[in-house]
Amino acid sequence: MRFKVLIVEDSKASREFIAATVESIDGLEAVQTASGFEALKILPRHRFELIITDINMPDINGLELINFVKKNPNYRDVPLFVITTEGREQDRERGLALGAAEYLVKPFSPESLEALVRRYLRLT
Amino acid sequence: MSSGSSGSKALAEFVAEATETLDGLGRELLALDERRGQEPDPAALNAVFRAAHSLKGLAAMFQQDRVTRLAHRAEDVLDRLRLGRLSLSDAVLDALIESVDVFQALLAEASRGEESPELGRRAEAVAQRLGGVGEAVAQAGADPLDRLPLEPSVRAVFTEYEEHRLRENVRRGVPLWRVRAAFDLADFDTGLAELNARLKPLGEVISTLPSAEPGGGTGIAFDLLVGVKAPEAELRAALEGTPAELTALPVREEPQAPPALHRVPEPAPGPGPEDGAGRVEPEGSLRSLTQTVRVDIRRLDGLMNTVGELLLIKANLQRLAESARQEGGAVLSKLWGQELQRESRQLERKLDALQSGLLEARMVPLGQVFDKLARLVRRIAREAGKELELALSGGEVELDKLIVEELSDPLMHIIRNAIDHGVEAPEARARAGKPRRAVLSLSASQKGNHVVIEVGDDGAGLNELRIREVALSRGLITPAQAAEMSRRELLNLIFLPGFSTARSVSELSGRGVGLDVVKNNISNLSGIIDVWSEPGRGTVFTLTLPVTLAIIRALVVGVSGRTYAVPLNSVLEILSVQPADIHTVERREVLDVRGQTLPFTRLSRLFALPERGGPGGRQFAVVVGLAQERMGLAVDELYGQQDIVVKPLGARLQSVRGISGATDLGNRRTVLVLDVAGLMEEGMAGERKRA
Repeated sequence: MRFKVLIVEDSKASREFIAATVESIDGLEAVQTASGFEALKILPRHRFELIITDINMPDINGLELINFVKKNPNYRDVPLFVITTEGREQDRERGLALGAAEYLVKPFSPESLEALVRRYLRLT
Repeated sequence: MSSGSSGSKALAEFVAEATETLDGLGRELLALDERRGQEPDPAALNAVFRAAHSLKGLAAMFQQDRVTRLAHRAEDVLDRLRLGRLSLSDAVLDALIESVDVFQALLAEASRGEESPELGRRAEAVAQRLGGVGEAVAQAGADPLDRLPLEPSVRAVFTEYEEHRLRENVRRGVPLWRVRAAFDLADFDTGLAELNARLKPLGEVISTLPSAEPGGGTGIAFDLLVGVKAPEAELRAALEGTPAELTALPVREEPQAPPALHRVPEPAPGPGPEDGAGRVEPEGSLRSLTQTVRVDIRRLDGLMNTVGELLLIKANLQRLAESARQEGGAVLSKLWGQELQRESRQLERKLDALQSGLLEARMVPLGQVFDKLARLVRRIAREAGKELELALSGGEVELDKLIVEELSDPLMHIIRNAIDHGVEAPEARARAGKPRRAVLSLSASQKGNHVVIEVGDDGAGLNELRIREVALSRGLITPAQAAEMSRRELLNLIFLPGFSTARSVSELSGRGVGLDVVKNNISNLSGIIDVWSEPGRGTVFTLTLPVTLAIIRALVVGVSGRTYAVPLNSVLEILSVQPADIHTVERREVLDVRGQTLPFTRLSRLFALPERGGPGGRQFAVVVGLAQERMGLAVDELYGQQDIVVKPLGARLQSVRGISGATDLGNRRTVLVLDVAGLMEEGMAGERKRA
């Protein structure tokens, strides 16, 4: 039984970097989406154990996605990490206020992401 | 990120995505540049900001520090612009446009694994400029957002930018609406796209909020917040037929007068380009740094279907082979033969479809290069003190990615020449009774298997008398030839190597600098370049290029016992020629075709092969043409047509005129592919040399 992690990030290279880090952990599978819309479509199709989303995206912003996830009884218990770049404190604070569990500031190391994923999914 | 081969793969990924992001950034800046002096479109500003933001995040992820630093500066300026804290002055826009060039150079170096100190200094200088330009706009007074009937839960999901756009709309008295629409989860993005398309012409879509209340089992609802200047009736009419419900968001009265905007002087600007700080040579190559082609998934679906059909045919052929094997030595039935023939015809059809599908997948719109050139045009025009309007058309015309890449530098060269030397300064134009602002046009159109690209200016035009003088003084033509030359032939002398020198450049207003190199580049693409000019009215360069170089249909011919392939897209007709049909005019062999005289070239002589000819001296003439040029090529044998994949010649053979590559004709026979454009050149030049 593999755990699925949803990655929402419009930069392909960053998305694959995150996916590679997630999939380096045994038993995890990364599902990649390039926009908030794609994420909304794919959410009902699988059971996700974790969601990692960027804030600054083209169609709906990451905050709107977090709000949707956290207000929806089907997904509200799924831990959610926000990715931000330095200098966007207001967006980051809002993400946390809306229910994001953690935030990662770009650039982050694969090790720091891996440690957070393991902690939230209780993987040793 | 990592090292070794995975490191180089990561670097390639970074360069590919960063290039794409930068292209978008350049495009949006161009849109802002075109509307210089008018109020910037907030959506365009936000798009430029998003591109810079993505570039910064990307570069940081891949530890590209130089790109990260500059992107951080650009992002910061753009962030203040989009949040209305800085006004978009010319200095800000110029610094941003220059940053695009620097980014391009940085990515080029990154892709080669280099980090030159000069470029580092230039990047630093641009970053400094970005830090010190513009005028801050201060805003005081109560927050207009407090006057909108929005629940705190809704306000909590706005990004800083969305809040700013809402405030701006309230400040300007633009009525705000909430548009609610529920869609099916399977295709909500299509529905939303349509809704956006209807709303955008009427105003600004500020935010799209997915409603947290599940819209039924398979539905999803969205709240769009829009600022609409148009009357309510028009808005309602525009939404006719969509599932949208409208609610007005009335703005509560303001307790005090609206705050005035006042300008606050910024710190003194940093060093500008004129200080020469960190300036290196202007733009490098415009080629993209990535070998990637983005392909519409539908094209790939089509190819997959074709492959599926090929597999079916393969199964049928296997069945036929199996039945033949079981028959043993018996003579196979006619029915079996017919079936085999039918399958092989099917196979041929499907392979054709697969081939053309793959060719299509290699195609990219010329607009990609046009956009880059447009940025350059504005900068060069500004530097040269010329007033210029750029007219682009035909950016949707598609060419093979490889050709588009190879084209960017020759086009840049022609355009630079046109701006520096073709177009007159505004005062000189006014004196000549022309509009101060010159027009430079760049257009593309498809004609059959070729694409024609025209670069035209309405400047002073080429001076043919001076061209004639220079060509004579350099010994490029004889006085006898000069007397016979048509105007077009004279103008085309500017493409001869050795035509331009420093002296002639100043005398001929610099047209023709390195045009022989441009001509070679175009010839290498099996293309042809032509020039038209009229004194006082301007100059037009016309490039005619094949749509693709990857797989071409060729006519296979024999000359003196050797086999050659002639690209069929330049073959006009094939004639049987008797010795009596060939005449000599001015020591040139010509062919009389239906009353028209064609230059006639014997390939055997060109390639120094023994002359053979068919029985009774009969020969074939393959009439080839490119643009307006025509020529007859003498060959001994015609073997038929075949699809060929042209392989480049090695470095040692690359300079052989008249040969563009080699191909494998099956049966392990390798033959040379003729370069029609080069042969036409050679034919004409040969005549000149002999004269």
